[in-house]
Amino acid sequence: MTGDVNASVEAIFREERGRLLAALVRRFGDLDLAEEVTSEAIEAALVHWPADGVPASPGAWLMTTARRRAVDRLRRDRTYAARLALLQVEVDRTGPPVFEGTLPDERLRLFFTFAHPALPEADRGALTLRYLAGLTTAEVARAYLVPVETMAKRLVRAKKKISVARIPFRVPEPHELPARLPGVLQAIYSIFTEGYAASAGPDLVRHDLAEEALRLARILHRLLPGEREATGLLALMLLTHARRAARTGPDGGLVLLEDQDRSRWDRAMIDEGEPLVVTALTGGPPGPYGVQAAIAALHDEEPTDWPQIVSLYDVLRSLAPSPVVDLNRAVAVAMRDGPEAGLALLDALAGEPRLRGLHVYPAARGELLRRLGRPAEAAGAFREALELVGSEPERRHLLARLADVTR
Amino acid sequence: MKYMLLIYSGGAAGDFAAWMDYDKSVKEAGVYVSGESLTDIAQATTVRVDGAERVVTDGPFAESREVLGGYYVLDVPDRETALDWAARCPGSWEGGAVVLRECEQF
Amino acid sequence: MKYMLLIHGASDACTPQEWGDYDKSLRDAGVHVDGNPLGEPSLSTAVHISADGEKVVTDGPYAEAREVLGGYYIIDVPDLDAATDWAARCPGARHGGSMVVRPIIEYT
Repeated sequence: MTGDVNASVEAIFREERGRLLAALVRRFGDLDLAEEVTSEAIEAALVHWPADGVPASPGAWLMTTARRRAVDRLRRDRTYAARLALLQVEVDRTGPPVFEGTLPDERLRLFFTFAHPALPEADRGALTLRYLAGLTTAEVARAYLVPVETMAKRLVRAKKKISVARIPFRVPEPHELPARLPGVLQAIYSIFTEGYAASAGPDLVRHDLAEEALRLARILHRLLPGEREATGLLALMLLTHARRAARTGPDGGLVLLEDQDRSRWDRAMIDEGEPLVVTALTGGPPGPYGVQAAIAALHDEEPTDWPQIVSLYDVLRSLAPSPVVDLNRAVAVAMRDGPEAGLALLDALAGEPRLRGLHVYPAARGELLRRLGRPAEAAGAFREALELVGSEPERRHLLARLADVTR
Repeated sequence: MKYMLLIYSGGAAGDFAAWMDYDKSVKEAGVYVSGESLTDIAQATTVRVDGAERVVTDGPFAESREVLGGYYVLDVPDRETALDWAARCPGSWEGGAVVLRECEQF
Repeated sequence: MKYMLLIHGASDACTPQEWGDYDKSLRDAGVHVDGNPLGEPSLSTAVHISADGEKVVTDGPYAEAREVLGGYYIIDVPDLDAATDWAARCPGARHGGSMVVRPIIEYT
């Protein structure tokens, strides 16, 4: 019985923690205070709920408890309270705090604060994971493969800037959204890519991290239903993550798309993502996430429509030019027109500084050279890729390919 | 003539009493125009406008070893007097430096 | 909340009229606290007190910055977004110049 209560308490906290924190930041205008009383309210719940049962409205219970703790704290610390009182005047000026039993959803403000351009780019995903996804500092540190103390310092530094330089907790005006929304989407997508193509470590996909990113993208999509790029980002992540189970073989090595066991694709995720692609690409000019989602959707079809994928890469190249897009397009061209055509495009990218240090470039070249029956050159490219690769499944795949061309 | 004293503090940065004394003395001498202390450089944000696009980035735009910690604008008759005030400023002690710049008069 | 806007590498392409308009808009908005343009860097002098207590005066700017501080404003606005809005409106942010926004320490 107690175990059941504990399990449901944990589930509620995961869901409510970010909401609770955001509502408290809105109420008190102070992230540190909100963070402390959120933790205190959750600790109180862990004491009371197993004994008294989970309340009918857990979120409201937590909010009431946290607010009482905050007010107690402000009474104890008068100088702190004086400073907050000043802030509160400004918060009240921007609109009265709403709290009528259900927890108001103020998380959108925090998405924008944590992705603010005045914060270091590397810290934006970490702040989002810590305070919106509700991960612990240790979990965030593990996500970015850094020691806990390092991550704790980064979070403290970022929070200090939010408070000292006074980065506001507000949703940008509609005319500011085109400049500010991409930063929020990028912060979420960076969490996903970190989880998906884990840059180092034993797993190809760190499902927990990719799933946290998906959860954040769902929240953002719900908060901004009319923003087609937020829809596109969710679709892109769903349609990519749908193939997760098939991307690693029984030996733990990476499996390329054409060799994947399609019965292992997550049909429910594909069905959820596909209509979102349509929404993302309807009613205005396409955005980069919408186009990438469309490319991911075509990868989820059987047979793969390579000509269509190449044209979508052309669109993407005009929206968000990058050598990584050129590389992916070259691979798609190889699938459409044969390896020779793809290799010519790849060779044109040789010496591109933004591809230097990435294993994907020599890995793609090696693959096309292998298909062209040029094993010696392929082996050289695979060896080059092996020098740069970080994740274990990709290393295994490259070793298998190298063995194949040097046999 | 107005001069700006740019403060790149050394070891005396935290000597609060010395700063209070200095602040009091420039005000009593009637040369004080304005002055502020700046928060640490990690709180800085850079803004550039490129055509119609506004580019906001974290941190100062150029990393320099010495960080501006604050400033005074003083109204004094000549550069010599300004230099005297600069030397009395705690920012010029213990490895710090104060840079004197003339304010443009329009 | 007070912020200092440091004007770095302001372009000669900015006209006196543009600077005048900006200055006026700050005052009209009631956010202007202080501000001054600075004379050219060759006119600057560095001062420090040596270990034996001597005043040492040297020519030129102390910190060799690629872009030189050309002037500054102090403004009083609610938050960083408002401060960067004003920085972006300053002629010093255009034609390759940069504005650095730094929060001011308030001693109360």
